[in-house]
Amino acid sequence: MTKILVDDVEVDVPPHYTLLQAAEAAGMEVPRFCFHERLSIAGNCRMCLVEVKGGPPKPQASCAMNVRDVRGGPDGSLPQFFTKSPMVKKAREGVMEFLLINHPLDCPICDQGGECDLQDQAMAYGVDSTRYTENKRAVEDKYIGPLVNTVMTRCIHCTRCVRFTTEVAGITELGLVGRGEDAEITTYLEKAMTSEMQGNVIDLCPVGALTSKPYAFNARPWELQKTESIDVMDAVGSAIRVDTRGREVMRIVPRLNEAVNEEWISDKTRFIWDGLKTQRLDRPYIRENGKLRPAGWNEAFAVIAAKVKGAKVGAIAGQLAGVEEMFALKALVKALGSTSTDSRYPGNPLNPANGRASYLFNSTIAGIEEADSLLIIGSNPRKEAAVLNSRIRKRYLKGKFTISVVGENANLSYPTTYLGAGIESLAGYKPAGEKPMVIVGQGALNRADGAAVLAAAAKLALDIGAVKDGWNGFNVLHTEAGLVGALDLGFVPGEGGLDTGAMLKGGVDVLFNLGADEIDVPAGAFVVYQGTHGDRGAHRADVILPGAAYTEKSATYVNTEGRVQMASRASFPPGEAREDWAIIRALSDVLGKKLPFDSLAQLRAALYAAHPHFAALDAIAAGDAKDVEKLAKLKGKAEKAPLASAVSSFHLTNAIARASKVMAECAALAAGNAKIAAE
Amino acid sequence: MLQDKDRIFTNLYGQHDPGLKAALKRGNWDGTKQLLEMGRDWIIDEMKASGLRGRGGAGFPTGMKWSFMPKVNDGRPHYLVINGDESEPGTCKDREILRHDPHLLIEGAMLASFAMGAHAAYIYIRGEFIAERIALQKAVDEAYEAKLIGKDNKNGYPFDFYVHHGAGAYICGEETALLESLEGKKGQPRLKPPFPANMGLYGCPTTVNNVESIAVAGTILRRGAGWFSGIGRPNNVGTKLFCVSGHVNTPCNVEEAMGIPFRELIDKHCGGIRGGWDNLLAVIPGGSSVPCVPAEQIIDAPMDFDTLRNLRSGLGTAAVIVMDKSTDIVRAIARISHFYKHESCGQCTPCREGTGWMARVMARMAEGRAHKREIDMLLDVSTRIEGHTICALGDAAAWPIQGLIRHFRHEIEKKIDQYSANPHDEPVRVAAE
Repeated sequence: MTKILVDDVEVDVPPHYTLLQAAEAAGMEVPRFCFHERLSIAGNCRMCLVEVKGGPPKPQASCAMNVRDVRGGPDGSLPQFFTKSPMVKKAREGVMEFLLINHPLDCPICDQGGECDLQDQAMAYGVDSTRYTENKRAVEDKYIGPLVNTVMTRCIHCTRCVRFTTEVAGITELGLVGRGEDAEITTYLEKAMTSEMQGNVIDLCPVGALTSKPYAFNARPWELQKTESIDVMDAVGSAIRVDTRGREVMRIVPRLNEAVNEEWISDKTRFIWDGLKTQRLDRPYIRENGKLRPAGWNEAFAVIAAKVKGAKVGAIAGQLAGVEEMFALKALVKALGSTSTDSRYPGNPLNPANGRASYLFNSTIAGIEEADSLLIIGSNPRKEAAVLNSRIRKRYLKGKFTISVVGENANLSYPTTYLGAGIESLAGYKPAGEKPMVIVGQGALNRADGAAVLAAAAKLALDIGAVKDGWNGFNVLHTEAGLVGALDLGFVPGEGGLDTGAMLKGGVDVLFNLGADEIDVPAGAFVVYQGTHGDRGAHRADVILPGAAYTEKSATYVNTEGRVQMASRASFPPGEAREDWAIIRALSDVLGKKLPFDSLAQLRAALYAAHPHFAALDAIAAGDAKDVEKLAKLKGKAEKAPLASAVSSFHLTNAIARASKVMAECAALAAGNAKIAAE
Repeated sequence: MLQDKDRIFTNLYGQHDPGLKAALKRGNWDGTKQLLEMGRDWIIDEMKASGLRGRGGAGFPTGMKWSFMPKVNDGRPHYLVINGDESEPGTCKDREILRHDPHLLIEGAMLASFAMGAHAAYIYIRGEFIAERIALQKAVDEAYEAKLIGKDNKNGYPFDFYVHHGAGAYICGEETALLESLEGKKGQPRLKPPFPANMGLYGCPTTVNNVESIAVAGTILRRGAGWFSGIGRPNNVGTKLFCVSGHVNTPCNVEEAMGIPFRELIDKHCGGIRGGWDNLLAVIPGGSSVPCVPAEQIIDAPMDFDTLRNLRSGLGTAAVIVMDKSTDIVRAIARISHFYKHESCGQCTPCREGTGWMARVMARMAEGRAHKREIDMLLDVSTRIEGHTICALGDAAAWPIQGLIRHFRHEIEKKIDQYSANPHDEPVRVAAE
């Protein structure tokens, strides 16, 4: 630790701290544009200039100078720098003036207005008028994809976007071309960016040069209601903020969560919101003569009640289902005398009976940074969990990290060693280092020989020493936000119950489908679909009960690490749609099996009594490493079929995404890129 | 005046063959092995004692620069990088060395590399210097063939010399931008610290020296530090290549003693000022980036680092640009401003935005299409660029304008008055050259 004086405040900071960090530690504000904690240092905006005592007679960039580089006085006085001296004030005013001379100052029509760094800092550190009388520079806008809108005249060349795409997203597609005042940010030949993380450049851009295309001219930041919530587009559970105006979700932006998403979110998370407004189920429907017709709640419930009487009942929960509604549905099915509940795809061997560590991402996402090697089995983390993938890339950039892949040989944004397509290619894998890590994807498990593949992976993890005291490197990467919660809850077949495969083969007469859109239910069973969108599940339904999407209800989700998080209600379900737990509770009354809770609070009390770990929000109840040994003993014969990722199209993994126009455009573009790459 | 026997660049004008055979006759490569055997510390001490100051413009003591290289090798290779990106308007000394005395450079590079523990030297040659690159490459090939350099050479120190050709950007003459460009990246200056001696080329300890600084090293070591430091004035010693251009009767490159009075330099070598000494208006003594000095201050001034610094200008690369009274000095500086606007790399804000602003104001002032209050504004803008940028290009853009306003404010005002007296579309035409 080094003592340093910031103005007149003494702070004790590590010597590798930059002056900017030291100033922050001392409570001084230093304005900046190009500096960002998670990106490399560029030092090019020159806004953070400070005066170093005893240094050269010119201001220094505080973001680029370390505390250890500042010398104390010859009389033994502490090193010191100033953040408020006349020299600093003049430097900041000068830089601000330079930034503004060619800035269009079109704040009234700029989407960044109200949350713009340049606007704020011009207020705080600028001068009131301009001395610049020449013509301003105008720059042509660039096409860089369907998600990011560009108004390049506003660009201040901080290169945050370039550094983000190069370092975090791992694509070298955005760059600064030209030089001097003709320098421009663009993609080469104005191609669309191919990253799943590109939306983050919108947040990073300190001005209005890169803004959200779908959100363009839709709202002003000060008229938005901001609700902190959790994302359910993948099983990462990124922290998000849902911005609404009235009942309408206007945009989704990331929140800080160091343990999960740092401050990035994937494009699907960010741009999904237009899917929340289209294809919505806003009233119950009943199928009559092969056609669905709108109906009232009582009518729909009556039809169900008639069918349920004396029938074999089963329930399948989909990927967006919250813990609360699954808890209620499980209770209802049990009350109806059935144990046929499932949330997994046919063949998937994950089972809460094996213990929690058998289906979690045990290393945790932050733990990736500690690992020494990584083996990915049957997964494409770039598509399945883009934010987690950027954490792997972050670890890779630190060096001394080998990544091997079994399954698809895809471009994951970091170099990998390809071992082979089938599970047999695990043979002979010997990683170096103390903390090896194995990731098993859902693509390896959602198959007939899933149990054998899981057993092979678990055995390998044990063999290479991935499971030991203080380190559990065996990880299951989930793709669906609801599945871990369902497994925690025991939403799997009970004694004598049927699993998904058996239920689909006609094992039940009445099937409750809680938003499962990725399965095809054959003709025969009477299907009650409870969900939000007119997607595959609704098409097959005999009765549709309209539910609430994740932004419209307070619901618990458990991410792939086993972290319990709660999504908050930011707006209301459309039309007659209701929160899912309430629908099930109301239905139970009609069916004569009234569930014992009248409010969400009562439901949660019952839930927490049965499963205490759900009460600990934002915490992980770690599994027992011995569970992995149980997995290794699973029986079955692995086939030679190549392992594929569970996600074929990143942008279209759930009903909300399939209803989104923006996601459709991105998916088409990605498919086109894949085609070009193949040729 | 420098005597012929004290000249280092004996083939500056290409009167002799630049090839190895002729170079050996001129004394190049003489006793290099013995010099190497004197040891690393001796070379650095000798260079320090010689008082050689870097010839690239800043005048930093060369021996001291070499001593900054880590003494103990931590496993990373050391590199010598020679800056041959001579792009400063007015400067043309390195060009002549590359053309006519390349073996001096190669020998100097070997000695310098030995002194800093480097086994490889790179030279980054300006993009426009095509003939020069070919000439140097020829000399390098000769040296390899004669086993003067290479893995296993007569001099007993493994040493490789690589010639790299730039693509013609002024900014790549800045040492860290040069390293970036040499690494294959875009030529944009790096932040300092870390300094190249610590983290330079490919992250390894590197020293970047000017061509002339390296080319004189061999002769200095052969003839001794005392000989070199005996020439010139205290703290400004040795010989220096002056590139005199502009309104002199015979513009030339010439090797002269440091601190030669301006009048002597011009009279002896350049045939005097065009139209006589009374016709001298101003001189830019160190390449386009230093402020101009008016006639009465420069005429009898010794041409060296300290004197010119006291005149609030600089020796720079000793590219002396002479302007007589027919010069439209405002237009001349406006042209220089345009150059710096064009060559700004665009990385950091003050230079990217400020050079364009200054160039535009200067363009108007050159026509007189400005207000007098804008002169002070321009001066203020230039001080907001100077010292606020990553590299020295911001300073280089600001200084000529500061020099102009300091000494020739009346010329700008005269133009403004003339223009406002004739408020028609056509600017007033004044005899230019």
